[in-house]
Amino acid sequence: MIIDHPLLGPRDISEFIYLGDASLLNRPKWDAEDAEHSFYEYLYLRKNVAGVHKELWFHQQGDRSWLVISRNTLTHEITKVDLVGNHSKNMEILND
Amino acid sequence: MRYNWLKLLKEGFNNNSGWEKTWKNPELKKEYDIIIIGGGGHGLATAFYLAKEFNIKNIAVLEKKWIGGGNVGRNRGGNVGRNTTIIRSNYLLNENEAFYEFSLKLWESLEKQINYNAMVSQRGVLNVYHSDSQRDSFTRRGNSMIINGADAELYDVNKIKLLYPFLDFDNARFPIKGGLFQKRGGTVRHDAVAWGYAHAADQLGVDIIQNCEVENFKFKLGACIGVETNKGFIKANKVGCAVAGSTSLLMSKANMNLPIESHVLQAFVSESLKPIIPGVITFGAGHFYISQSDKGGLVFGGDIDGYNSYAQRGGMETLEDVCEGGLALMPIISKTRLLRMWGGVMDMSMDGSPIIDKTHINGLYMNAGWCYGGFKATPASGWCFAHLLAKGYSHALSKNYRLDRFKNGYMIDEKGQGAQPNLH
Repeated sequence: MIIDHPLLGPRDISEFIYLGDASLLNRPKWDAEDAEHSFYEYLYLRKNVAGVHKELWFHQQGDRSWLVISRNTLTHEITKVDLVGNHSKNMEILND
Repeated sequence: MRYNWLKLLKEGFNNNSGWEKTWKNPELKKEYDIIIIGGGGHGLATAFYLAKEFNIKNIAVLEKKWIGGGNVGRNRGGNVGRNTTIIRSNYLLNENEAFYEFSLKLWESLEKQINYNAMVSQRGVLNVYHSDSQRDSFTRRGNSMIINGADAELYDVNKIKLLYPFLDFDNARFPIKGGLFQKRGGTVRHDAVAWGYAHAADQLGVDIIQNCEVENFKFKLGACIGVETNKGFIKANKVGCAVAGSTSLLMSKANMNLPIESHVLQAFVSESLKPIIPGVITFGAGHFYISQSDKGGLVFGGDIDGYNSYAQRGGMETLEDVCEGGLALMPIISKTRLLRMWGGVMDMSMDGSPIIDKTHINGLYMNAGWCYGGFKATPASGWCFAHLLAKGYSHALSKNYRLDRFKNGYMIDEKGQGAQPNLH
């Protein structure tokens, strides 16, 4: 796969490290009533989408930026690449 | 029909015209005691042990395509775990080691049990180590294996030189210092495992239904009472899911989010060569494992590609990584040409260990999370899942493979990687 980095252009996937579902950006509140349960869900449970999956990649062998990538898990087609920074203002990124 | 040498002789004189089908193509009934979803190795083994050991006869195995067409067919059987059709029981943690040793014992008597030649070949599995600290950890693992009734031997470098003189012992970066050897480990013909279990289960009256895709579960008063399929509704007292990489998709129909990610694992086969590798070898400094099939092809593999995928194919960067590991271990294969490569979808769990458990819904059971180590587990997985389905509580050997262990903090994390499925 080639990832079209928003700042650096097309880069080979071997430069990147995969973290997982982009919902990991949505860290639960530590002091909420149901924090114990929310952290269990946050840490262990996944939608494991078959289709377009929003996910976190780290450009370890490059500019060390974190990216949110929309990629189809059935075809490996990447439709959107964005810096995490552009996203944290907008929590609409999560997989449903 | 039973296979034996008399039958073979007779058919030899009979132009092979009298062979019956290995399994029948039965009519789908409206109701079963137990439905197993997934006609792979684990599902078929479950059906066989349910009929044989737990004396339940009214069972159906529903397969959406053809049996043995998923990971067990693309074995490294997909579910093959560090294995390319490899069987072994060399785990560290007690929760795993006792289970996998039970599985290895079942492999040893499998062919008699199912009346089918699965080509079980205990040719020995060698894990080489490259440093003093790795030797210590392998020694510890070997001791854990012995405590759990398995066999393990620590080989020094001279012993390995007798077995595999062509390894790169003096590699500047990763010199080989010795290895952990399990003599009873080996390889099995993966397709024959699916076909053999299907044959044996069919003989005991199990209905194996192919091209029957489960589209939904049916619930009544909070209990699962059957499944909706492309061939209509089928009633069942209990439903067991054994669908490997598709587990999350199937269980989402019961509104369950699981501690599982689906990842792609590739396997590679070279052109046929004269016999050079008598057993199974794994590299200790990278992730590479290799054996030679009876047809002569070198069968090898490495890590999963590392990203969520349902595509049943992977990328070239993983091939490159695997080949680098292979050449560091055995430069002798550098001129070998690759014949085939393929990918299977692994159900990677959050701690790298499987789940054989009830769900919160009455009558609905699941068998999943085998990561890429499910092939060797096939017999024990089938046995323990059958036990759970028949008796309603877990077999002693699988009682730790609970679905709620992530919530309660009883993870079985062999590698100590934490909740990061692509690292297990």
